[in-house]
Amino acid sequence: MKNNRLMGKLFSSPYIVWAVIFILVPLGMVFYYGLTDKTGAFTLENVTAIMTAEHAKALWISLGLSLISTVICFFLAYPLAMILANMNVNQHSFIVLIFILPMWMNFLLRTLAWQTLLEKTGVINSILSFLHLPVLNIINTPYAIILGMVYNFLPFMVLPIYNSLVKIDANVVNAAKDLGANSIQTFFKITLPLSIPGIISGITMVFIPALTTFVISKLLGGSKILLIGNVIEEEFTQAGNWHLGSGLSIVLMIFIIINMAVSAIFDKDGEGSFL
Amino acid sequence: MIKITAKKIYIFLIFVFLYAPIATLMALSFNASRTRAKWGGFTLKWYVSLFENREIMQALWNTLFIALLSSLTAVIIGTVACIAIQKMGKRKRALMMGITNIPMLNADIVTGISLMLLFISFGIKFGMGTILLAHITFNIPYVILCVMPRMKQINPSTYEAALDLGASPAHAFFKVVFPDLFPGVLSGFLMAFTMSLDDFIITHFTKGAGVDTLSTKIYTEVKKGIKPEMYALSTIIFVTVLLLLLLINKAPKEKIK
Repeated sequence: MKNNRLMGKLFSSPYIVWAVIFILVPLGMVFYYGLTDKTGAFTLENVTAIMTAEHAKALWISLGLSLISTVICFFLAYPLAMILANMNVNQHSFIVLIFILPMWMNFLLRTLAWQTLLEKTGVINSILSFLHLPVLNIINTPYAIILGMVYNFLPFMVLPIYNSLVKIDANVVNAAKDLGANSIQTFFKITLPLSIPGIISGITMVFIPALTTFVISKLLGGSKILLIGNVIEEEFTQAGNWHLGSGLSIVLMIFIIINMAVSAIFDKDGEGSFL
Repeated sequence: MIKITAKKIYIFLIFVFLYAPIATLMALSFNASRTRAKWGGFTLKWYVSLFENREIMQALWNTLFIALLSSLTAVIIGTVACIAIQKMGKRKRALMMGITNIPMLNADIVTGISLMLLFISFGIKFGMGTILLAHITFNIPYVILCVMPRMKQINPSTYEAALDLGASPAHAFFKVVFPDLFPGVLSGFLMAFTMSLDDFIITHFTKGAGVDTLSTKIYTEVKKGIKPEMYALSTIIFVTVLLLLLLINKAPKEKIK
């Protein structure tokens, strides 16, 4: 028994040490930098800096665009996940694969490819004008950023929903039907409530990266539209004001923590997992 | 009938959406004109000049080296951690899983800058080493999430039976437990490798000057215009992975027959 406990300590220690040094301490440093000024004195200035017009605007745009993208992702992903879950092919790994596969082509290149597709004389507009339809002029606008977000994060919405739909016991659905519920009632009373863990984790996995991105806005927004991620990135790589950058990151983390708390309430057993 | 057709069309449209940019990049790799905007005819010259481009080859080497080493390290630390977490009490386990979820749920940009601040504060020189440490850190959670469900399914009695029958703990683990864990370990490794390969944001904050992965190289090229060799390289990588996966997917079916 003693031996067993010793083994347990020995096995858990590498990861615990790693997690403390590379997960907890770094987060502590963000808080330390965010709550101090250059002399090392405590201040809330870096956090309240979010209220200044320029930063507040960036935060609002980020919140708006990421919310819209999350909603679009949800409405695109749910029917897709349902179709995939009902296909009964039992090729779980194959379906996961199809959504992971695009990641083997670099994320920056894939996003840049949308420039080629969306440009004034790009592929999509060539097709549209060939069909005598009105052309799209969305490159370098917020619409292009939303498209980029939906494109990049859609798999993170589909997979958790798919996983929670697959886990639903077919007998429960059949029982509802036997008891006289029509398919709409069955959907709203059975399928939808049982897939909430997947929905919640899907929302988290789309909303957080969309809220904090700085790459998509840079590549598709023509660097005219600043998101909160762009502001933070510039503080670290160009302006060199780590204290302000950390302070703004703390604001971002507040949103992340709210989101995690909400998902913990709805998904207690971690059922709606991504994999 | 109409319903089935509608479903098929819907799936098809989503797939077009997901794969259109990839098709575009592949087409661009055969484009004779240097700019993205114009089609200048079919050529294979970028596939030739790619192998003469030292910088791109160096970035490719760095990317593969980091992805391989970081995912292997993550697999070892993660799998060992899973064994330990499984043995823990309920509270301790919840705490460990909570910490594990931090890099998964936290924004990449925050993870990136937090590691950057750590390396700066401890005076660690930015370079391959820092990228590697960062990648191992965000890879471990993927391994744990893949291995943990398998771990839960394992019946501890089989391991104890092996011990009773005289096997050493290590022998019993590799003969009895590990074969059951292996599918989880493998998918954890593949997941970690893919994530490491595709990562830009965390690498952006933890790399030193002069060290580039493919992602950071592409990012610096965005303003000047992407070199067409990059498209050629991505096409090669993508097609290779696609073929490998098709082969793997086919293999087990033949075994069943």
